[in-house]
Amino acid sequence: MKQRKITTALAATAMLGFAFTGAAFAEPVDDALVIDGTEITIRAPAPAHLNGALPDLVSGWAFRDTETRAMQMDDFDNPGMIFVDRGLDTWNAVDGTEGKSCASCHEGPESMAGLRAVTPRVDEKTGKVMNIEAYVNDCRTTRMGAEALNLRGAQMTDMLALISHQSRGQLMNVAIDGANAPIYEQGKEIYYTRYGQLEMSCANCHEDNYGNYIRSDHLSQGQTNGFPVYRLKDAGLVSPQSRFVGCVRDTRAETFKAGSDEFNALELYVASRGNGLAVEGVSVRH
Amino acid sequence: MKRQFILGMAISALSAGMAMAQVAPENVEYTDGAIEQSLSGTPGDAVEGKKVFATAALGNCVACHAAEISKDIPFPGTVGPALDGAADRWTEAQLRGIIAKSKMTFEGTIMPSFYQTAGYIRPGDAYTGKAGTEPLPPILSAQQVEDVVAYLLTFKE
Ligand code: HEC
Ligand code: HEC
Repeated sequence: MKQRKITTALAATAMLGFAFTGAAFAEPVDDALVIDGTEITIRAPAPAHLNGALPDLVSGWAFRDTETRAMQMDDFDNPGMIFVDRGLDTWNAVDGTEGKSCASCHEGPESMAGLRAVTPRVDEKTGKVMNIEAYVNDCRTTRMGAEALNLRGAQMTDMLALISHQSRGQLMNVAIDGANAPIYEQGKEIYYTRYGQLEMSCANCHEDNYGNYIRSDHLSQGQTNGFPVYRLKDAGLVSPQSRFVGCVRDTRAETFKAGSDEFNALELYVASRGNGLAVEGVSVRH
Repeated sequence: MKRQFILGMAISALSAGMAMAQVAPENVEYTDGAIEQSLSGTPGDAVEGKKVFATAALGNCVACHAAEISKDIPFPGTVGPALDGAADRWTEAQLRGIIAKSKMTFEGTIMPSFYQTAGYIRPGDAYTGKAGTEPLPPILSAQQVEDVVAYLLTFKE
């Protein structure tokens, strides 16, 4: 008890210390994200179900440096847009024993507008957690007679990019009631569990410490509205669950697999924490 | 006379023995979060300690902590408080305890325990993402803890 008080006081002086040593300003930028003349909502009031855990919502975009932010403001500079184009090829490609492509049933990819903003969600009939990848593989295996795609493979991330792009600008609105409710609770439990030898939860970094630097990384709220993201560090496109794999591995823990019940629940829960932020429809992070 | 001499021999033999047999993580005794006894029996080396402090694969303390004394190590993090004057605030035993198992001093802190081997949820095999088996090797060896304590003891204002 006593120790705690001491450290709070110390932390306050530590911050003063920073002002003197001139460390970089730790607030996310105030700038607006405008793509093609349209403003994308990157700040929003925190949804009521967070019970004050976050004062307000801020997209990861606002925590990145000037160059990275600029890349996302122009679709010609955004390397993620290449994957949207590639996704369109896969969308139109006939595959499997039924001789069908996605386009055979759904026409253009615009038919997918809005889906990214409300997923993951639980299918009432099957009880399965459906994210975009699960819908793609469900169509492939049950309607096209094709093989399921590798969840973290290039073809799947291309589809994720294409379909997410159709919802650009729409506000995340993942349900936390009805069939989603138990999955939301499961995801929440995982979010606050301190895994691995470093004993860190998602909340330790993205709720308690966003705005702080962990070495040179400016911690964001770990929102998923921007996904898939083009990561400059990996020179590739990353799905939400691929990002989770990396974050859990960094706690010296045994990770969960992409597509596992645990990560499906976590994806639904984390998405709901971003309700009110806009789908960025392929973002750029470093 | 003779008696005292033998006793003296016995004590030095004992401490030599302890220098060999370091205190294993599961045998560490904490008093209000502090560890009085050296973990390795060999005095810490501040120069080595600075390496532990700065190196990502070792202590990686700089990921969370800055200080004037360590300002030549680039990009210190801001998750933890700046450590200026840490040696004025804490005794050697307290610093040893904070590094070995920070949660004994700061309840619920994000700071990892560097000399602990078990009691984890889904422990991994270092940073591979694969399962690890407890007891895991501690993140820092007994000597590395002593070294980083020696380095922190130079953090005076
Ligand atoms: C040790 C600290 C740490 C922990 C624990 C951690 N993360 Fe992260 N996370 C990071 C860092 C560093 C980044 C990259 C910078 C940023 O966006 O915060 C990141 C990025 C992310 C992003 C990308 C945000 C964006 O806009 O690009 C998501 C999503 C995310 N984390 C989710 C999670 C989830 C879910 C968990 C728990 C399973 C978790 N993180 C645990 C450090 C952590
Ligand atoms: C992931 C972040 C993190 C890492 C890594 C970390 N610490 Fe800390 N440390 C903290 C936080 C946060 C506190 C403040 C305690 C609390 O939570 O109230 C702290 C407190 C301390 C204190 C007491 C604070 C003071 O100024 O009086 C010392 C000393 C310390 N840490 C040393 C170290 C050393 C040495 C290492 C590496 C071997 C290290 N820390 C690694 C986060 C970290």
